[in-house]
Amino acid sequence: MLQYVAIILIMLGLYGLLTQRNVIKIIISLNVLEIGLNIFIISVGYVTDGVAPIFTSTYPTNAVAFVDPLPQALVLTAIVIGVGTTALGLALAKNIYNQYGTFDLDEIKGEE
Amino acid sequence: MMLVSVLELILGIFIVVLAFLAINVKSLIKTVMFLSAMSMLSVLAFVMMHAPDVAVTEAVIGSGLVTSLFVFTLLSVRKVERKQ
Amino acid sequence: MKQFLSFIVVAALGVLIVLSLQGNALFVEYGDIRVADRISQQFIDRDVNGANSGVEFGESVDLESGPANIVTSIVADYRSFDTLGEITVLFISSLGVALLLATSKAKRMELDFHPNFMLKVGSRALFGIILMTGVFIIVHGHLTPGGGFPGGTMIASSILLLYLADDEFRTKVKSFKVLESIAGSLYVIIGLVGLFVFDYFLINFLDNGILGELVSSGIIPIVYVLIGLKVGSEISGIIDHFLTEEAM
Repeated sequence: MLQYVAIILIMLGLYGLLTQRNVIKIIISLNVLEIGLNIFIISVGYVTDGVAPIFTSTYPTNAVAFVDPLPQALVLTAIVIGVGTTALGLALAKNIYNQYGTFDLDEIKGEE
Repeated sequence: MMLVSVLELILGIFIVVLAFLAINVKSLIKTVMFLSAMSMLSVLAFVMMHAPDVAVTEAVIGSGLVTSLFVFTLLSVRKVERKQ
Repeated sequence: MKQFLSFIVVAALGVLIVLSLQGNALFVEYGDIRVADRISQQFIDRDVNGANSGVEFGESVDLESGPANIVTSIVADYRSFDTLGEITVLFISSLGVALLLATSKAKRMELDFHPNFMLKVGSRALFGIILMTGVFIIVHGHLTPGGGFPGGTMIASSILLLYLADDEFRTKVKSFKVLESIAGSLYVIIGLVGLFVFDYFLINFLDNGILGELVSSGIIPIVYVLIGLKVGSEISGIIDHFLTEEAM
């Protein structure tokens, strides 16, 4: 179920990237796409009635049906990288505003 | 079993509606707030899929830090506007 | 017109993806996967080298990989080299932010609002709690959910709280840079010690101990503390750059 939500989110982010002309809106679309991708990758490892992949005193052995831990490890680092790219994009947007006085790419083209 | 799938459906609808609003609303600050709310709901999705590590990370980053970075950018811009 | 066209393109792409996923032998239905068929089962059983019989919480001694949290054992042990690359990416992006937002005479940005008494006192009280939570999450990264990445960002968000509470506050950016470089260099040095003394880069050369105890799993808590310090100082630096402007 949730993987179709993730696909819809990815498509919404792509739609935003194609249609929006505002720099902030483009970065927001990238973020939506990223969250969608993360949900999709996690949903690939989900097991019905599985438990979180941590050995505890309640689930002590490797015979317990754990959820697949590998996608979670990949997504964990991908989220932090997402902050880095978002910060870099926002720094670029701030510089664009200081240069042209607007966030809109169409208006920038008109000014030259 | 049935309850979980119903919860997933409701959660999915909320996430998609918030993402649609985040992309299509005109006001920039409202966009940022919708993105933050959507990120918070995606934390719930991660918890439902038994991924506590990812959920903790997304809760701190997605709804805290990224939102603050967007808001700081918009605040600095508003300040420049007021000066002119 | 353009919006309609892109809607058509995106919808077609989405339908294509869903159709290609449905009935695909490699892509199983949601929740029906079998972990035993995947390579992840080796990470859960701790027998990538094919030497292990079973894992028991609180009893197993000197497993192949120590942490009770399987995600941590993948992030900081089996795929530690990958994690080194990821924090390099984060470092480069913070370098890019510093380059783009650099000013000759840096000054704290003046916000429109001034924090009132309640905000000041409340933030001071919350700062310690959030900082301690971050440290706890980093130190217990190999036992409970969390670890270096969320703990480091939690420390950074406690510093963000100080920025909001006091409109004169600035962190000492230079000392953060020093901390970040020291943490990153120590990570590489630990890896190099493993390479030259024990044959493999980033090998876990300390005793793994008993699964589930705080002092266990060799170098992994040390590496995770280093990752936490590096991530925390980098993101604090990014926040500081966003709240700095040129002095008139």
